[in-house]
Amino acid sequence: METARSLTENLKKRRINKNEMRVEFDAVSENESFARVAVAAFVTPLNPTLEEIADIKTAVSEAVTNAIIHGYDREELIQEEKEAKVVMHCKLSEDVLSVEITDEGRGIDNIEQAMEPLFTTKPEMDRSGMGFAFMEAFMDDLEVISQPGVGTTVLMKKKLGTMSWIRQEE
Amino acid sequence: MEEDFKVIDNYLMVKMPEEVDHHKSQQISKTADKYIVTEGVGNVVFDFEDTKFMDSSGIGIILGRYKKISYFGGKVFAINADSRVKRTLMICGLHKVIEIME
Repeated sequence: METARSLTENLKKRRINKNEMRVEFDAVSENESFARVAVAAFVTPLNPTLEEIADIKTAVSEAVTNAIIHGYDREELIQEEKEAKVVMHCKLSEDVLSVEITDEGRGIDNIEQAMEPLFTTKPEMDRSGMGFAFMEAFMDDLEVISQPGVGTTVLMKKKLGTMSWIRQEE
Repeated sequence: MEEDFKVIDNYLMVKMPEEVDHHKSQQISKTADKYIVTEGVGNVVFDFEDTKFMDSSGIGIILGRYKKISYFGGKVFAINADSRVKRTLMICGLHKVIEIME
């Protein structure tokens, strides 16, 4: 009985052990909620906990907001009639979710400084400077690749289901 | 939007939306500042009763108002925050400068 159950569970797992999605959207603030809801929907087959969903949504929201307000200069875009896009590339592999958020904006001059908690280049916009700190706190792994004038990619990873054994113990 | 702001005595009550992100935060900050200046309120209360999601933009709203009113001795309160919102506030150490109440 036990083996039969673990076999079906394994089969279930195998069916969803790999998945990928890629969305491209305009760099406007309305799309921040779209992006985080899309990722939340993407991970549902893995039965994540509410806590995990909330963590992922917060981290994605931070990264997409950064791309929109720091990557691109709204006024410059309107002036030069340019289009600005953000690409979100999500991958599921076994129980690990990786999210890659890319913009082709101005890039980051000093990544180390940008990642310092409370550091912000836009205090007048009420930015708290906690974006990268939140991404680090809510995800397991964070990598930032950026080149001034070319763009920025934020790569985040999170292993799902790490809390399930605790719940079983309880 | 305007109905989410209420002045009671020396307090500005701000009803926070279901999702507090950068998209919503700009308007909230702007409107709150308008009330602080025109009504001359000393304290601000953020009500998180309806809030299910908040990212660092929410921290920005709170810190920004805190900076403005603490200069004149005012206080900032966060009420009805669920455990998730509370955790977000605590990560930033906001519980040291504002009062988080049930």
